[in-house]
Amino acid sequence: MASSSGNEGDSMEDYEALISTTDVELLKRAWRNEKAAPEVLRFEFQLISRLREQIELMEETIQDKSTAATDPLSLSLYQMDLDRTLFLLRSYLRIRIQKIEKYMFHIRKTNELWNRLSKDEKEFTNACIEDLKQHLEESVLSKLPENYQSVLKQSVTSGEDDMVPEPQLDTFVLCRSKEYLTGIQLEDGPVDDRQFPYSCMNLFCSV
Amino acid sequence: MAGQTNHELSLFSAEELEFIAEDETVDIVPNLKMGPLNFISGDFGPFTPQIVTQVPLWLAIALKKRGKCSIRPPQWMSVEKLTQVFEAERESQEMSDQLPFHYVEISRLLFDHARDNIPDVHMVRPLIEDIRNLRFHKVQTDLEAFNGRTIAVKIKNLSAMEVNIVRPFIGRALQAFYKHDSPELIPDPERVSDRRPQDVNNAPRRQLRR
Repeated sequence: MASSSGNEGDSMEDYEALISTTDVELLKRAWRNEKAAPEVLRFEFQLISRLREQIELMEETIQDKSTAATDPLSLSLYQMDLDRTLFLLRSYLRIRIQKIEKYMFHIRKTNELWNRLSKDEKEFTNACIEDLKQHLEESVLSKLPENYQSVLKQSVTSGEDDMVPEPQLDTFVLCRSKEYLTGIQLEDGPVDDRQFPYSCMNLFCSV
Repeated sequence: MAGQTNHELSLFSAEELEFIAEDETVDIVPNLKMGPLNFISGDFGPFTPQIVTQVPLWLAIALKKRGKCSIRPPQWMSVEKLTQVFEAERESQEMSDQLPFHYVEISRLLFDHARDNIPDVHMVRPLIEDIRNLRFHKVQTDLEAFNGRTIAVKIKNLSAMEVNIVRPFIGRALQAFYKHDSPELIPDPERVSDRRPQDVNNAPRRQLRR
């Protein structure tokens, strides 16, 4: 999981701590985490709803300013800031949707993962599952012999749902330590950028 | 394919890296008067001519493009400092920690948009390129030290661009090693023609050639 913050000196760190409280900075962090993690992470309900309000407010403000013929420079700068925020938001939502599309059956079955989705995402998942099931049944499964018609299992005799892809939790991730850590596992000496299997990250992790 | 994961999701494109770097702060010297800007991402300004102000890099570049300010290159972008860093990089196998995390992206953006604000730019640019090459060469030598027993890799003081370049490789290489190198003892394939029972080879299994 790629966490990040400055580690270049105390004043930078204070400054980072200060700006890290802005919602945009939090969104950037959530976006990075979502990109780096193989499974879908908890949806940032409050953050996203706050940001949505701020974005709507900003859009109205820009609308007002452009009709009031304000200085076009500051208008275009406000628009740039809005565009940047929108990009982060969209990218965040898109990554989650990509993961959902990949692992929809698994997410639906696993309560812990299911609870990490937003309401819209849950609707999307259900719709996707229905569509995919219907497609598979019409095109292939109905033509297979009786015991092999399940979407989730290879055959009726399979012990578990072996046709359901799951995210690989043992992939290696890069992480960046925020502070000087004394050597944990194998390497001795100070560690800075390191790689771990992702399943270990749940122990250390921060967001 | 060995170690295939959904790597395309976890990669940042170069543009995305630049996007992240653009939030870093720089000093500018505005030549216009403008009120404070209350963005979603923070509040900046007000701007007064000749008074140094701190703004995020993207804002600095937007203003510079419209001729409304000049950008002060950060302290580490001077010929003296860079020469120092270059010497330090040459002397040790470790990476220097003198350069900010986003030094590649920041210097690239400044070269593209604010050349005239950088003193001795014709010397600064090659210095930075040389430092980049040196550092990357070190990263490559570190990576060559992988073998099947590697569970974690540590490299100190990598910069953002360097991390992004090695990220897919490290992930997939380690994954491939993890998958193929099992604790069982694997006989050396080149001795197969021998009829006697083989001595088992304890060395990490080599990647099979296709």
